[in-house]
Amino acid sequence: MATPTPDTIEYYKKEKLSDIDYEPPAGGWMDTPVNFRPGSWIYPGKAKHLQYLDLPNPREWVVTEKDWKLQENWKEIVLKGMSERLSKYRSFKLFMDICVRCGACADKCHFFIGGGDPKNMPVLRAELLRSIYRNDFTAIGRVLGKIVGARELTEDVIKEWFYYFFQCTECRRCSVFCPYGIDTAEITMMGRELLGLLGLYVNWVIEPVANCFRTGNHLGIQPHGLKDTLEFFADDIENATGVKVKIPINKKGAEILFVTPSGDFLADPGTFTCMGYMVLFNELDLDFTWSTYASEGGNFGLFTSHEMIKRLNAKIYAEAKRLGVKWILGGECGHMWRVMHQYMDTMNGPADFLQVPKSPITGTVFDNARSTKMVHIVEFTADLIKHGKLKLDPKRNDHIRVTLHDSCNPARALGMLEEPRYILKNVCRNFYEMPENTIREQTFCCGGGAGLGTDENMEMRLRGGLPRGNAVRYVQEKYGVNQLAAMCAIDRATLTTVCNYWAPGVLVTGIHELVANAMVLNGEKERTINLRQEEIPRAESGSAEKGGAADVR
Amino acid sequence: MNALIPLIAVIVLFLVGWLGTDQAGLYVLFGAAIPYIAIVVFFCGLVYRVVRWAASPVPFRIPTTCGQQKSLDWIRPNPVDNPYTLFGVLVRMALEILFFRSLLRNTKTELKSGPRVVYSSNIWLWLGAMAFHWSFLVILIRHMRFFTEPVPFFVTFLHQADGFFQVGVPIFYATSFILLAALSYLLLRRLFSPQLRYISLVNDYFPLFLLIGIGLSGFWLRYITKTDIVAVKELALGLVSFTPTFPESVSPLFYGHLFLVCTLFIYFPFSKLMHMAGVFLSPTRNLANNNRMVRHINPWNYPVKVHTYEEYEDDFREKMKKAGIVVEKE
Ligand code: HEM
Ligand code: SF4
Ligand code: SF4
Repeated sequence: MATPTPDTIEYYKKEKLSDIDYEPPAGGWMDTPVNFRPGSWIYPGKAKHLQYLDLPNPREWVVTEKDWKLQENWKEIVLKGMSERLSKYRSFKLFMDICVRCGACADKCHFFIGGGDPKNMPVLRAELLRSIYRNDFTAIGRVLGKIVGARELTEDVIKEWFYYFFQCTECRRCSVFCPYGIDTAEITMMGRELLGLLGLYVNWVIEPVANCFRTGNHLGIQPHGLKDTLEFFADDIENATGVKVKIPINKKGAEILFVTPSGDFLADPGTFTCMGYMVLFNELDLDFTWSTYASEGGNFGLFTSHEMIKRLNAKIYAEAKRLGVKWILGGECGHMWRVMHQYMDTMNGPADFLQVPKSPITGTVFDNARSTKMVHIVEFTADLIKHGKLKLDPKRNDHIRVTLHDSCNPARALGMLEEPRYILKNVCRNFYEMPENTIREQTFCCGGGAGLGTDENMEMRLRGGLPRGNAVRYVQEKYGVNQLAAMCAIDRATLTTVCNYWAPGVLVTGIHELVANAMVLNGEKERTINLRQEEIPRAESGSAEKGGAADVR
Repeated sequence: MNALIPLIAVIVLFLVGWLGTDQAGLYVLFGAAIPYIAIVVFFCGLVYRVVRWAASPVPFRIPTTCGQQKSLDWIRPNPVDNPYTLFGVLVRMALEILFFRSLLRNTKTELKSGPRVVYSSNIWLWLGAMAFHWSFLVILIRHMRFFTEPVPFFVTFLHQADGFFQVGVPIFYATSFILLAALSYLLLRRLFSPQLRYISLVNDYFPLFLLIGIGLSGFWLRYITKTDIVAVKELALGLVSFTPTFPESVSPLFYGHLFLVCTLFIYFPFSKLMHMAGVFLSPTRNLANNNRMVRHINPWNYPVKVHTYEEYEDDFREKMKKAGIVVEKE
């Protein structure tokens, strides 16, 4: 047997990884240099992607080498960048000024809980940047220097930023607990923008960004490839249900443009969620279209810079306009919804060429989306179920005992808490909640968001995944939970690893996978296999009455 | 080290105020000039800082939502923790400012073997913070009786309510004790929690020692030396009416107390104490989560380089045609 490498979970012994020391090391944090150990950092962005996106300082460089090949005047660039951002973002300026270091946020970050590295306490993560702010932008810091927490900007500081701003998943959990709402994610975003000015990106983020810019989606799926993929899904759907679903692509004049994260096209179990959407739309005979140009709902620009968010996001409204749709429907994704909800309209709106979304099935007007004109699919589906428009047979999901992972952004940037629960409870009869400090607005990140979900970062992913994994194992042991539902494409990819490690035996699913499996379709054949092409376990003799589908509603 | 320097600094400051008057006789300096300067610096500094913050726009609406959103009619929204109206925002802010709502959520995270992560409610910081801030406010208002004649009713009222538990003469104020107890707690947790000690700077210990210094010296004046209150009031009224006088019977220790207070006022605008004003401006708390309902305007929104559909089609036209996907330009 080959010895496991740091990018696999086998490399990490559970006893060792969970032997966590919360005691900070001796000596001040400013004197503790970064240790780039394998498994805890991410490969640099390749020059070709930076070039394609017109980003500064494209070159090949190596994280573990001393020379990061920064520009001659790198320091000036960073300080100028800071000054510019301080005057453009009140959030940044305020958060630099008002933290009292009360420590309320300290043990709220999953990376600190799972790793114990004090620089992963949100407050200290912010201090990495704040110390430079004090030194170069405040009078007291300039005069008194280190004793008031100021320090000079050096290349080592840049390395520290790179390490720790890519150990923050921008999940905003810390912000919930801070008495001033200081959002370390916002500070991380600024930190990453500053690193970007020096051409310091991670490839796991910047390659998807470049792909998305060119092909319309992070994975670089070209138009014909997308069509193939969807057709392949349709075959699987037909195999499972006997129903052949329609696949409208780039259809002008459709009523609805549907946008989902491209993760749903490629990797299991996201693909099953994608099939779920297809089954649903087909059953409703919805007048919608896929787009090959706007084929990405997610937006890794969010992990790059505000400008990049806008550059990638622009195609959503542009495509809606080109196709002449009335409104936009969005799939199950986390960070995508932070962008759609908090940034899109401001950046690329107003969407005055669209109409206030109205469900063609129930007539419900989505007044909460009256300006942005974009509805989340769980809002759409919850409304369908409430109005009795779906024939559901939740018994088909009886072998599933499900819990819900609230994805960070839907929870803390929208507050989409009840909609997914309502759906889940209607499509699966065994729904259990994880402990209350780990769900809803207090939900824990999967540990792989914001561009950290790559295998070379495995140690940090497992550490960051500990609080979530632990909560999953708790309901696994207590209620026999065997599936974790998540409405986020990154979750579906990364939580699979987290569960394999911390709660083996629990599978990850999307909400619409369970919806579609429970849906009784027009003209379906006897449903013996599910969308995963697996045998549906027969109901045990205990749950007797042989439910015709209709009477379960 | 980070704690020692501020401790010494506060002691020195007290001695400067005390000996500066008692020994050097600089009554005008410590009894009038510095207090005036302190007030001016405080107000100008405060305004300056707030204006500087306000000068940076809020380009995006980024509330942190802590409850159910307003969406479908039949799902009950949480209008306070996830406000979608101005009124909701006002309630949210009032709860934050008056009752430290977010701090009340505080939990303690522990790792048990297994590994098992357990969370328990932890309201001690909240209690300590509430006790300190509220008693500080009450004491501040109580001090108004020195500066006003006649004394406004609410000051008298507070003064009586606070002294409710009368134990001998002079009246003992509950807040004197609460303030010192709360500050001691805040200081001790900084010193004894390893993580807090790790993040604490001189800037964190200094205000605590300063406030403790103010509290202790005030306590001393009131309960131990029993300084001549009438004389202090004469001095205070003199300051207010711009005709400073320095009655003989005011204890020189008083000038130590006063000098610490002046230091606090001068230090305030340049320090983390500005959280008092900043908390009102925090964009994750003071904005409504009505993002999809009402468009937020970014004053510096600028055009960016995008990859247009036309460019995209140029890149992939042949492949699209071959796959039977409609194109704009044949
Ligand atoms: C609107 C007014 C204010 C609000 C809402 C407020 C709120 C808070 C909160 C929530 C904390 C964190 C908890 C803690 O560490 O105690 C805090 C800390 C602190 N506040 Fe305030 N505050 C206000 C005004 C003031 C004023 C006027 C002062 C002082 C003169 C002050 C002094 C402090 C100090 C020294 C700390 C740090 C305590 C420590 O080191 O642990 N605050 N404040
Ligand atoms: S909770 Fe807020 S104020 Fe307290 S240390 Fe963290 S960021 Fe600073
Ligand atoms: S945003 Fe999330 S990952 Fe980042 S510091 Fe806060 S809790 Fe940690």
